[in-house]
Amino acid sequence: MRRQIPLALVFIFGVFMIFQYFVPHESSEWIYEFLLDWIYIIGIFALALGIWSLIRVSVAKIKARKADWEYPVITLAGLFLMILFGFTGYRDGSLGFHFMTAEGLSNPMFRNFFDYIMIPIQSTMFALLAFFIASAAYRAFRARNILASLLLVAALVVMLRFNPYLGPVGTIIADTASWLLNVPNLAAKRAIIIGIGLGMVATALKIILGIERGYMGKG
Amino acid sequence: MDFGTFLWTTFGAFLTLATFSFLYKDNPFYKIAEHLVVGVSAGYFVIILWHNALVPLLFQRLSDGDWYILWLNSSKPWYWIPTILGAMMWTRFSRNYAWVSRWPIGLYIGIVAGLAIPLEMANRVNKQLYATMAGVINWGNFWGQDFLDITSGYSQVIIFAGAIAGLFYFFFSKAHTGVFGGVAKFGIWILMIGFGASFGYTVMGRISLFINRIQELGLWGEAAFDASNPNHSGWFPAVFWLLIMGIAAYIAVELVRFARQKA
Amino acid sequence: MNIFDRMMSLDRRWVFLFLAVVCVITYIVDFQIPIRVESEVRTIHEFIDTLKPDEIVFIAIDYDPNALAELHPMCYAVMEHCFRKDLKVIITALSQNGPGMAEQAILDISDSLKLDREYNGILYEGREIRKGVDYAFLGYKPYFALVILGIGQNFRLPFPTDYYGTPLDSIPMMQGVQNYDQVACVVDLSAGNITDAWIAYGQGRFYFPLALGLTGVMGADYYPYLNSGQVFGLMAGLYGAAQYEELADNPGLAKDGMRIQVYAHLVIIFFILIGNVGYFVSRREKKRQGR
Repeated sequence: MRRQIPLALVFIFGVFMIFQYFVPHESSEWIYEFLLDWIYIIGIFALALGIWSLIRVSVAKIKARKADWEYPVITLAGLFLMILFGFTGYRDGSLGFHFMTAEGLSNPMFRNFFDYIMIPIQSTMFALLAFFIASAAYRAFRARNILASLLLVAALVVMLRFNPYLGPVGTIIADTASWLLNVPNLAAKRAIIIGIGLGMVATALKIILGIERGYMGKG
Repeated sequence: MDFGTFLWTTFGAFLTLATFSFLYKDNPFYKIAEHLVVGVSAGYFVIILWHNALVPLLFQRLSDGDWYILWLNSSKPWYWIPTILGAMMWTRFSRNYAWVSRWPIGLYIGIVAGLAIPLEMANRVNKQLYATMAGVINWGNFWGQDFLDITSGYSQVIIFAGAIAGLFYFFFSKAHTGVFGGVAKFGIWILMIGFGASFGYTVMGRISLFINRIQELGLWGEAAFDASNPNHSGWFPAVFWLLIMGIAAYIAVELVRFARQKA
Repeated sequence: MNIFDRMMSLDRRWVFLFLAVVCVITYIVDFQIPIRVESEVRTIHEFIDTLKPDEIVFIAIDYDPNALAELHPMCYAVMEHCFRKDLKVIITALSQNGPGMAEQAILDISDSLKLDREYNGILYEGREIRKGVDYAFLGYKPYFALVILGIGQNFRLPFPTDYYGTPLDSIPMMQGVQNYDQVACVVDLSAGNITDAWIAYGQGRFYFPLALGLTGVMGADYYPYLNSGQVFGLMAGLYGAAQYEELADNPGLAKDGMRIQVYAHLVIIFFILIGNVGYFVSRREKKRQGR
């Protein structure tokens, strides 16, 4: 029961979704729209699990007073402040709590937290990668054999394609880069895309037929 | 820019520099920024999920009913079914009732898997294979008009042969010997060129992220000294220099510590 | 320890510092570089440029702040181009932090559009862009693949209201707009696998013209779709954004960033060459000692 019903659900709805792709009949379209409408709502609850997990882990760290236990306090403060600002807003000139209407989205503090906290930190975290790639290029990018040299030459050509200081050589490099991207790179990526596509279809088929059951967890 | 906005942009600049300080070493400023962004991002997502998803897709549809009978008299009471199914997902954390969450997960996985099969097959496989094979080799322009002509016949041959050779290399499970091995070898050459192109683009992508941070810090610095701004006051450069002096002091302390260690 | 061995064991923070100093100096020194425009970006610009007033362009802002550097300039260039041509714009944000990026872009572009400006020799008078009349910002919904499919049936299926809670049927520009059939094209600006969903679940099922704006990391991977006709244009990375700014005669952060990019790439190439020289010298020394 605990495994059979979910497997049956996967099979029935999986087969129906394949079937409705080829059947444009009104009733097939109606059921399809109905299912899509429901799945949005079911999915929202799944996403909320992550937030609960964050709160649980942060509270556990604070209670246990482990090393650096002060930092989860900052995490929870940021979380609850953002939620507070998101539910408060101005309506008819007065500030209040609004849960069912979206005044909170226009709250200046909500926007400022996004613009001046989230954007700088998130974009800077990824900007650190620029330095790590420079370090990796210095320490690890070696032309050890023909294949590595081929990779290196292709990378150099693409990196130099928009350099305006190389004169006529620059034009040749830019044309070579354009050809490289539209011919051999295209061939390579096409092979990868076809391989991924076939792999995805095979995995989806295994899931629908109940061969692949990892999503069910243990028990 | 008014002073309030300038203070916010200064705080943003401080957080940017705090995050960059990780390049030197892990430190409390970086940890504060890291934990702050995790919390604020999670809070932002909760609000967006609530206002953009839960309210319009669920609460507003049940809103014409009465709350004290759980909206069962609304015009669309059937929306309780996906709500209950969604709530069943929450049993995932329970040791005894985790099996209940398999029902909505099964429904979701079935729908997504069923949608994926025809669409991925059509778009990743069929259309790509069609594009590889259906293009007639341009014999009239086989060697191309210009240097490395993308539309030339030999380029189309390379695309055709390269795509198939790439699949020979990593997809088919026959041993790479004989003629098959030769084709697979050509395939790995083509793949290496593709990875090289990706690496070149990746370098550009990563560097761009840093360039944007420099541009944002530059704009903040310019705003601090922009006397043409009608809201400008002497406090703007003062706050700017206070932050710079704070960073300089931290660097000086670290240099003294480094020199002492060396000695 | 010879100089090459010392170079190989260099603390990576010196590498970081060198790159940072080069980029900052290049930023401070004021100079311009020419931008060569590729055909894959030109087709997007020409497509939008030839649309008639009041036609609808769907811009999908599917990126987070971590991809802001490359995709925000693209978003600004494309959106401002659309508004200057008096096109209507539908905006969605199917990534988690996308709504904030979209709102920031809309507010900044609204301010920019109030000024009279000349682009490519044509004077565009300043105007106010009105929510619900010139653009509709639909906001975020989870599970992007299903949302893309849902829009193909009817916008109101996944988006009964816009981002601000206004019912779609009350929004003037959404009157008579049912699904992708009423949209001239979709421009997807994305940093992740939402792009694959737009290609497979969107264009693959509903056959609308689709253009992509991608980060540099993904740029090289989508040329097969351009070749097969599944997408009609491709802007990849900061270079793609700079090309669009060049075509639209609207220089912004992308064109400014490309001049720094040129020197940063020279630094990376320098490190690769030095690293390889050091490697080959060390290898030859070891072989010699081995004999």
